[in-house]
Amino acid sequence: MNFDFSEEQVLLKEHARRLLEAECPSSVTRKVLEAPHLGFDKSLWKHVVELGWTGIAIPEEFGGTGMGHTDLCAIAEELGRVVAPIPFVSTVYLFAEAILQFGSEAQKRELLPRIAHGELIGCLATAEGPGYFSPGKAETRVVKGRMTGTKFPVTDGGTATHAIVAARSESGPGLFVVNLEGEGVSRTTLDALDPTRNLAKIAFEDAPCQPLDGGRNAGDRLAVLLNRAAVVVAFEQVGGAERCLEAALTFSSERYAFGRTINSYQAIKHKLADLYIKKEIARSNAYFGAWALSTNAEDLPRAAAAARIAGTMAYEFAAQESLQTHGGMGFTWEMDCHLHLRRSRQLALCLGALPLWREQLISCLEQADLIESGA
Amino acid sequence: MDFKDSDQDAAFRQQVREWLAANALRRRDDEDLRTNESALLEYSKAWQAKKADARYACITWPEAWGGRGGRLIEQAIFDEEEEKLGLDTGVFTIGLGMCVPTVMAFADKATKARLVAPALRGEQIWCQLFSEPSAGSDVAGVRTRAVLADDGSGDWIVDGQKVWTSGAHYSDFGIVLVRTNPDVPKHKGLTMFWVDMKAQGISVVPIRQASDQRDFNEVYFNGVRIPDSQRLGEIDGGWKVALFTLMNERVTVGGAMGAGWRDLLKLAQGLPGLGGTGTAAGDGAFRARLAEGYVMSEGLRLTRLRALTALSRGQTPGPENSIGKVVAARQMQVVAYEALDILDQYGMVNEMGSHSLPGRFQWNFFWGAAMRIAGGTDEILKNIISERVLGMPADIRVDRDVTFKSLSERRASSG
Ligand SMILES: Cc1cc2nc3c(=O)[nH]c(=O)nc-3n(C[C@H](O)[C@H](O)[C@H](O)COP(=O)(O)OP(=O)(O)OC[C@H]3O[C@@H](n4cnc5c(N)ncnc54)[C@H](O)[C@@H]3O)c2cc1C
Repeated sequence: MNFDFSEEQVLLKEHARRLLEAECPSSVTRKVLEAPHLGFDKSLWKHVVELGWTGIAIPEEFGGTGMGHTDLCAIAEELGRVVAPIPFVSTVYLFAEAILQFGSEAQKRELLPRIAHGELIGCLATAEGPGYFSPGKAETRVVKGRMTGTKFPVTDGGTATHAIVAARSESGPGLFVVNLEGEGVSRTTLDALDPTRNLAKIAFEDAPCQPLDGGRNAGDRLAVLLNRAAVVVAFEQVGGAERCLEAALTFSSERYAFGRTINSYQAIKHKLADLYIKKEIARSNAYFGAWALSTNAEDLPRAAAAARIAGTMAYEFAAQESLQTHGGMGFTWEMDCHLHLRRSRQLALCLGALPLWREQLISCLEQADLIESGA
Repeated sequence: MDFKDSDQDAAFRQQVREWLAANALRRRDDEDLRTNESALLEYSKAWQAKKADARYACITWPEAWGGRGGRLIEQAIFDEEEEKLGLDTGVFTIGLGMCVPTVMAFADKATKARLVAPALRGEQIWCQLFSEPSAGSDVAGVRTRAVLADDGSGDWIVDGQKVWTSGAHYSDFGIVLVRTNPDVPKHKGLTMFWVDMKAQGISVVPIRQASDQRDFNEVYFNGVRIPDSQRLGEIDGGWKVALFTLMNERVTVGGAMGAGWRDLLKLAQGLPGLGGTGTAAGDGAFRARLAEGYVMSEGLRLTRLRALTALSRGQTPGPENSIGKVVAARQMQVVAYEALDILDQYGMVNEMGSHSLPGRFQWNFFWGAAMRIAGGTDEILKNIISERVLGMPADIRVDRDVTFKSLSERRASSG
């Protein structure tokens, strides 16, 4: 067993941290926060592309660096720390992954190098309005290779060049690739709770599309895709939680109330100890997820759900309680607490909310139990 | 025990309902009231005046001040009925709940005659100028200084800074806690004044909040002259006055806040269920959490009724009312996360500017976090419950018997 990042991965992480501290201080995140129409920070995106991060998990034959998913997880943790305002989740964990997993050879050749080179920004379009999405009930239809329907909200949908869309065709629910800059596509930007991530409504009207993997079995395919992304996002959540903890530790060591620094009060100590506990539990679950992801383990659905639930719980608690530790200051725009409050909620919702993942986890446990008991 | 209205209370409730049905102006969650502050103020003032004309503003206040001389239970009944229609905007909560009662308790007759009635009618708005950058929970640590003017007028000259002052930017008056004597322990050198917010030397700078709204402010005092006649209570006796205000605060801000479990149920009933079957309200886990939410908020409402019972019998309410704000604020947060969860990805779409259900829960998302801090943080309120209610030993206090001056010096040298 080797339940940690390798030495090279630790170096990669350290390198990423130094770079992001320089290239993505909160002022960069705030640029997008203040001007959501920007969609993302172009210069940070350029840096990230130059470093090869968009192609980290893409094999060399398709223009990537072919390092692998654990390396991607290492980078994700660092991007999560700094609340990076770039479409990395959508492009790398979702779009690229969909092509890698289910794309035809031709699709891989066409699309993956463009992701590695930063020319293609991707997104995943599932939801059709408020509430849980089920692929079998999608209203968006594909007839003879043309898509009609409306998807909202779509994270990074306003800035992406391509989308993976869950829709129904003659052969049932499927996943389709659409060029968003092509004909039959119109987009409106939506106001976002976390304005550092773009949100859009995308209307398709007879838009040309290509099926992914024959366009069948959308339910299963989508689940695989979300499982894979959930593990990587869990690392972003761990990174974010850790940053919140650090901010609370620093602030509470400098803030006085009743003649003492507030970190001398047990209420604050226990709060931050709880935060640490949740974060470490999340980290361990995320590591297990990374193992399952990088080895394509059969256990991936369980590992991914556990990583997602623990990651979400840790980051949301961290964001809430770090803000609480900052008192009235924490509720100001000027402090970064709300960047994490917003992003933690955004990450909690973008791959489907916790109730879905709780359900998945328990189903996995029930199945495992059946297998073990030989039933 | 009887949770139904007495005959007298039922008659009052009926009368209130009829009056509200005939006179209600608009709902506070109308779109323009949520996004346009001057529209909000205009509506709030008009509604308050209407209530005052019918003696429904400040029901328990003496008739001489424009109240009804009514019972607390009548105020509670009115609040409940008004809340059902979403009529109250909260613009006067701090003023009429905390500041003006303090003025009524500590000011002279002439001052009261001048200030109380217009406040009750909503013609003038009040704010609470207590917190400072380095004195929030520890509000007795305020540094804003008041010194006697050297012209023998008896006036005070005030310099310093207040912060997080809700509504200061639209307030006409405020009550301000200042330091008049730094050479005694911190609680003993404070004095309270009321101030005209238009006085020369006061400048108000709105603060942009985490929620991207601007409800609270920095308030700077730069050589502000305050006549001694505006003093509330004794010189250096301000802490007693502040405690009076804060007692009222805990009662005022304990009420229902934001969207609640009823709205959550309504939202869930209109959303698809897990796995594409039924509605979100059919999910067992959701139902379990909704049940917990109901018990918490309904339990809080009933706890307030217990306090009212005690009051109506002429007894002092028990300590159980101290749980109000700490429970209500956290509930706002919990309910918001549940609601955004069942909206799933749509929870990421910001609808704060509209009165849609998602928008109201997003409002909770931010204001739950705010209310856990405003008016006494969760941690401070739990300290109060454990120490004052449960009688557990107080924290070791390092700042009790030292002069304020040496306290700040000690801190300057250590920091
Ligand atoms: C929305 C909003 C509106 C407000 N409106 C007003 C207003 O109108 N007028 C006004 O005067 N003020 C107002 N305030 C200020 C508010 O009263 C203070 O923010 C609050 O009392 C906390 O003080 P602080 O911000 O200095 O935090 P601090 O006191 O610095 O607290 C920081 C953290 O330390 C914890 N802590 C502090 N002391 C202890 C202790 N002894 N034991 C354990 N934990 C402790 C706190 O719980 C908190 O988590 C408002 C605040 C908000 C958020």
